[in-house]
Amino acid sequence: MATWDPEFEVVIGLEIHAQLATETKIFCGCPAKAPEGKNVSEVDSNWNTCPVCAGHPGTLPKLNARVLEYATKAGLAMGCQIRENSVFSRKNYFYPDLPKGYQISQFDKPICENGTIEIDVGKDKKTVRVQRIHMEEDAGKNLHMDDFSLVNLNRACVPLIEIVSEPDMRSPEEAGAYMRAVHAIVTTIGVCDGNLQEGNFRCDANVSVMPKGSKTFGTRAEIKNVNSFRFVEKAIEYEISRQIALVKSGGKVVQETRLYDSAQNKTFSMRSKEEAHDYRYFPEPDLIPVKLDKNWIEKIRETLPELPAQKRARFVSELGLSAYDAGVVTSTGSLAKLLEDTLALTSKKGIDAKTAAKSATNLLTGEISRLSKEEEKDVSESKLTAVHLADLVHAITSSLVSSTGAKTALLAAWNGEGTIESIIEKHGLKQVSDTGALEAAIDAVIAENAGQFAEMKSGKDKLLGFFVGQTMKKTGGKANPGLLQELIKKRLS
Amino acid sequence: MSHFQNFSSIHDAFDAKKISATELTKEYLAKIEASKHNAFLTVLKDRALKQAASADAIIAAKGKVPRAEMPLLGIPLGIKDVLTMDGVRTTCASKLLDNYIPPYTATAVERLEKAGAISIGKLNMDEFAMGGSNENSAYGPVDHPTHPGYVPGGSSGGSAAAVGADLCAAALGTDTGGSIRQPAHYSGIVGMKPTYGTVSRYGLVAFASSLDQIGPMTKSVADSATLLEVMGGYDPLDSTSSERTLEKFSQIAAKEPDWKNLRIGVPKEYWVDGIADDVANRVRESLKFFEKKGAKLVDVSLPHTQYSVSVYYIVAVSEASSNLSRFDGVRFGVRPASLKDAKDLADFYKKVRAQFGPEVKRRIILGTFALSSGYYDAYFRKACQVRRLITHDFNEAFKHCDFIAAPVSPTTAFKQKDQTMDPLKMYLNDILTIPANLSGLPGISVPCGKGDHDLPIGLQLLGPAFSDGGLLSLAHAFEKGRA
Repeated sequence: MATWDPEFEVVIGLEIHAQLATETKIFCGCPAKAPEGKNVSEVDSNWNTCPVCAGHPGTLPKLNARVLEYATKAGLAMGCQIRENSVFSRKNYFYPDLPKGYQISQFDKPICENGTIEIDVGKDKKTVRVQRIHMEEDAGKNLHMDDFSLVNLNRACVPLIEIVSEPDMRSPEEAGAYMRAVHAIVTTIGVCDGNLQEGNFRCDANVSVMPKGSKTFGTRAEIKNVNSFRFVEKAIEYEISRQIALVKSGGKVVQETRLYDSAQNKTFSMRSKEEAHDYRYFPEPDLIPVKLDKNWIEKIRETLPELPAQKRARFVSELGLSAYDAGVVTSTGSLAKLLEDTLALTSKKGIDAKTAAKSATNLLTGEISRLSKEEEKDVSESKLTAVHLADLVHAITSSLVSSTGAKTALLAAWNGEGTIESIIEKHGLKQVSDTGALEAAIDAVIAENAGQFAEMKSGKDKLLGFFVGQTMKKTGGKANPGLLQELIKKRLS
Repeated sequence: MSHFQNFSSIHDAFDAKKISATELTKEYLAKIEASKHNAFLTVLKDRALKQAASADAIIAAKGKVPRAEMPLLGIPLGIKDVLTMDGVRTTCASKLLDNYIPPYTATAVERLEKAGAISIGKLNMDEFAMGGSNENSAYGPVDHPTHPGYVPGGSSGGSAAAVGADLCAAALGTDTGGSIRQPAHYSGIVGMKPTYGTVSRYGLVAFASSLDQIGPMTKSVADSATLLEVMGGYDPLDSTSSERTLEKFSQIAAKEPDWKNLRIGVPKEYWVDGIADDVANRVRESLKFFEKKGAKLVDVSLPHTQYSVSVYYIVAVSEASSNLSRFDGVRFGVRPASLKDAKDLADFYKKVRAQFGPEVKRRIILGTFALSSGYYDAYFRKACQVRRLITHDFNEAFKHCDFIAAPVSPTTAFKQKDQTMDPLKMYLNDILTIPANLSGLPGISVPCGKGDHDLPIGLQLLGPAFSDGGLLSLAHAFEKGRA
């Protein structure tokens, strides 16, 4: 928990940019994502550009209908009102990565308004209001070399929604929880792939401090482009301490844009309000106003899947998961889907739902989360499938593999080594549950350690562990530990 | 040298083997070469001859011109240099685009070429279509087709001069505040601005997106109808293009208007002070012609006309300030030699954008101001509101009449360098053409006689939105009746 001078209160609002997972860009037919199986960093610069997204003179934007659908879906999932009449506007500013010299965005008539998102703060729940969600195009990317710069337009014209919260958060943890909640929603409803590393989900944080009990907010600073849950909390934490120290030393917070440097864990001034742009918004004359039909909006509402909050509650009540575990497995759409697909398969294998859920969740919150973090890969990008996981759960619950063996099998499946059956075979992970083989091994260990066996028999229980360990060693770690212990205990009576 | 009055006489000559498309193209190329009008910025000799050869091959194979399928086969057209053609330099008569070669073709040009048209060259114009005399071109002014030393009008001055001097069979122009109709009037040809949304703007380098419209500039109304029929119609690449099915303009234009039931509106506000006598007289004679034919003349009122110039010079320049921002020297816009000493990005932009001509700079600055925070409500928003009132005026007027007849511009063509020093006077010349752009309505300028110094005069006819067919039919009957 972040702490600060209790004389001060903190006010935080977030603007989240989520890239919509459409096949094509928002205003032209170019692909909006890297080709199947390729990472964004692996594709050539400007591979997916055309006269429209490169901003050639004379070209015109044409709205991608799927963008409307996804933006509406996101708005409905966040409890927003959907505008039946919304308007695109031009946001004018000069920057080399902006091909047209203006960004097509929405200004005074955004597609979604007035939503809410519930977040968990410790054991409490809190509602954060969503002010608006609007559609816009992304810009390109500048690459600065020693004495020249390059522009990559792969991202230009890629569809984004900007989700703007009210300044309802009061701590870095609340901001982090809100960002995670929004991430869980957009990935669960499938409108955003949620990839933070690639910048497909990023946020700007508006932070201010004020004396406790004050009715008016302090002057805010905006921290731009943070693309990690952890960094958003750290950046805000730093910003709070910076602002409080400033105010206490008699200084004043200036309204400005700041950047967070994660290596130094500090924020730096980028530009002040005096240098701020006058964006000269005006209605985009090249696009007609968007008119949505009530029935169409209702049809989109019907396609909404179970949302993360509902899913979490159901996992706790139906599957007996802890609140924490349920939170982890519903934090992204892909994790929740993997669990549910797995349970559908294990139920066919006749495994009790709660047992299967417990076993699968242990893997999801443990080894799978670890691999996902380590390799910066979403589970959906790995080779691991629900079939793997179901087979593995079956192997664990039927004592076919040990917990150590299960980890090895999981890693192999993640890397695409084949079916769980073939992996167990290949890596020799099968537990020895054959009593005859185990008895023989026990005999051998007792013969080698006759003295200790006598001590144990005369009451030195602590030596049980030693004998289990030695026998396990003899079987090359493959013995079923429960069965082994049972058999050794029998020798004592 | 051959001289043809319209497309069908060219096709008749092709059919009779009096001339081939290649021969005709060569004749035009020679005329362009010899001309001193400065109408062309780029002559597409090789490309045009290739197109002509394939036109001749089609005519030879079919025995005659397949007019229904390829109504423009072998017809050499000039294209205003604000329309893109794949691989062909497109300058917008600006130094900034001196080396710009677009990788795609404008929908209108593509459709004309598909119908067999030959693109013989790119035509001079006012820089970025900003101006009314063609004196704002970075490549020098264009001379009047028949009166050396006079302006041909603008911004489609190159188009008007080329058609008027018969340097091509017809041309494309663009009209944002009168840029087709006014030069047609000055140069003695037919020029039409279709209803906004009739012709796709895809590939038209935007000046003011909500006002720009591509249109034909021709020697006859029938040719305008043919060009519009070919290049018009819904284009999925332009969200503002109309989805309604296009009328068969060439057939409608040939029909005689129903004179007995026709009401021609005469707006009192269009008879402003400063309308020259010769212009007023020719337009009055034209009204009498309609009356004689049996049409009824009706007095109508367009009360907000006086605000149209102010509204236009806020809306158009605001949109232009945004449309032209991509010419920043990063991807588009020539980088001048002085860029080597650019101190930073701001200085870089400054040096690149110093290359705009004075009129373009003036409009970018005005537009940036009108949109800036604190002034938006007073200027841009207010202008949009008044724009709606101007449209409402027309809706009311068209309850009492079918079409409106008026002068195109207060005077005939003036001498070069006469008005360029006084931008405000130039702006006021547009008062009779601007309202149609603000309201998206179709308008046509059709020759109605000569004035002092034998300078041409055009009659402007305006109609309700999507009455383009009826407008062409009326203009055609007028043209025929006068001859």
